[in-house]
Amino acid sequence: MTKKTIFSGFGGQGVLMMGYLLALAAMKDGKEVTYLPAYGAEVRGGTANCTVVVSDEEIFSPVASSPDYAVIMNNPSLLKYEGMIREGGVIVLNSNLIERTPSRNDLDIVLVPANDIARELGSDRTINMIMLGAFVAKTGITSLESIMEGLSEIVKGKKPGVMKLNRKGLDRGREFALRGA
Amino acid sequence: MIGEAAVRAGCRFYAGYPITPQNELTEYMANAMAPLEDGTFVQAESELAAINMVIGASMAGARAMTSSSSPGISLKQEGISYLAAQELPAVIINTMRGGPGLGNIAPSQGDYFQATRGGGHGDYRTIVLAPASGQELANLTMTAFDYADNYRTPVMILGDGMMGQMMEPVTFPDPVDLQKLSPKPWKLDGADGRPSRVILSLLLDTAKEEEHNWKLARKYETIAREIARADTYMTQDAHLVVIAYGTAARIAKGAIKRVREIGLKVGLFRPVTLWPFPQRAILELSRFVKDFLVFEMSTGQMLEDVKLSLEGRSRVHFYGRPGGIISTPDEIAKVINSLYHRQRLELEEE
Repeated sequence: MTKKTIFSGFGGQGVLMMGYLLALAAMKDGKEVTYLPAYGAEVRGGTANCTVVVSDEEIFSPVASSPDYAVIMNNPSLLKYEGMIREGGVIVLNSNLIERTPSRNDLDIVLVPANDIARELGSDRTINMIMLGAFVAKTGITSLESIMEGLSEIVKGKKPGVMKLNRKGLDRGREFALRGA
Repeated sequence: MIGEAAVRAGCRFYAGYPITPQNELTEYMANAMAPLEDGTFVQAESELAAINMVIGASMAGARAMTSSSSPGISLKQEGISYLAAQELPAVIINTMRGGPGLGNIAPSQGDYFQATRGGGHGDYRTIVLAPASGQELANLTMTAFDYADNYRTPVMILGDGMMGQMMEPVTFPDPVDLQKLSPKPWKLDGADGRPSRVILSLLLDTAKEEEHNWKLARKYETIAREIARADTYMTQDAHLVVIAYGTAARIAKGAIKRVREIGLKVGLFRPVTLWPFPQRAILELSRFVKDFLVFEMSTGQMLEDVKLSLEGRSRVHFYGRPGGIISTPDEIAKVINSLYHRQRLELEEE
């Protein structure tokens, strides 16, 4: 089984972090994995995306012609990737930032009001974790436990609150996806 | 990956100047050198300064490395020529980006000519290694330090923006024991109690310079005989073989896997050493393969080495995407597909 996922949005939205965390978690699951970031020269703004390939066998190309999944954080990204996603694939959209619903009816589309949920949690910086939590719950590509394990590695040395907040974001994202709202 | 492998290979001196897309390495080396008692990291004032610091460290016997991306590597060429002339070991990392000029910061393979033809002035060659995965980046970095010391010559690792920023799980080889490395009886470490040694590149006497040039040439012949290396994938029964290196080879492999699923007999030949070029292995393949497709992220540079290697014995086709474009496996599969059918049709007509 080989699954290719694209994470895409504006620079600064935590798009690369979502992909990195998925790659780390899948590695901990014992999978073959590649993480390929693509971003502009800007520190914030511009477009940022990354491709994560998770597989049971050797991964040849870290580039995805037709990804199985996409996590989309802004309108330009939806325009760019909507047509590329494999039939029967999954799109997880931040519905607070994207008003349009994809026109394809052969995809499983999950609309996550991630900004609203983040506001309830008290920090906009959890938006990406909410999206990732929903994505992982929907696709089962890895477990939330592996994601947590990867997260604790990344936030090592930071304030304990950081882990707690991100963990809350992941949990709320998962709950949202599982409720099927 | 390069950084950790370099430290494990015993690299104790790194000098560099920032440039995208290879700053991950400079950042890593800053952190890695700091806790080492004998480690030195210098963020130099320029690329030229950095390569000259590497010359100095190498002269003193250290395993030394610098890194940059295309425009920065151009600036280092003077120093690389001096390293070659003075027969000093060093490892130089080039994470290629779109060019010429300042170009952009996307992955490209436009520096092949510069890397494999020496790059700087004078009659010399540089060993050039082309990794295609994270694991190979790590392994070849360690190999690069060994080659540099064994042959007393600069070694370049030619990657690109994608190899520079992609992440993959890697199992690192064990660190080398610095004490167990071969001694360097030529190094300049103070002449107290022994006759002084001299390392220079200025040879005003033309006869001496000629002699030195032939000495280097003989060394390059030895290197060419001993280390040329390539990797193949499904070439045994192939009617068409794609030749690509680094990132392009990765993408081509994905495309080949796809066309194999629909029954096309296509294989991959991936040079691991770009200089010396694995000439003989390609020539060997040409006994069975009549069509080769060279795929590069440039307008066609390795293409010339492939043609030279084949000596006109097979047909050579080319597909290139310069400027920082990353092809998808689908795109390459389409190119392979149409070429394959055209070629089969021609064979039937014959």
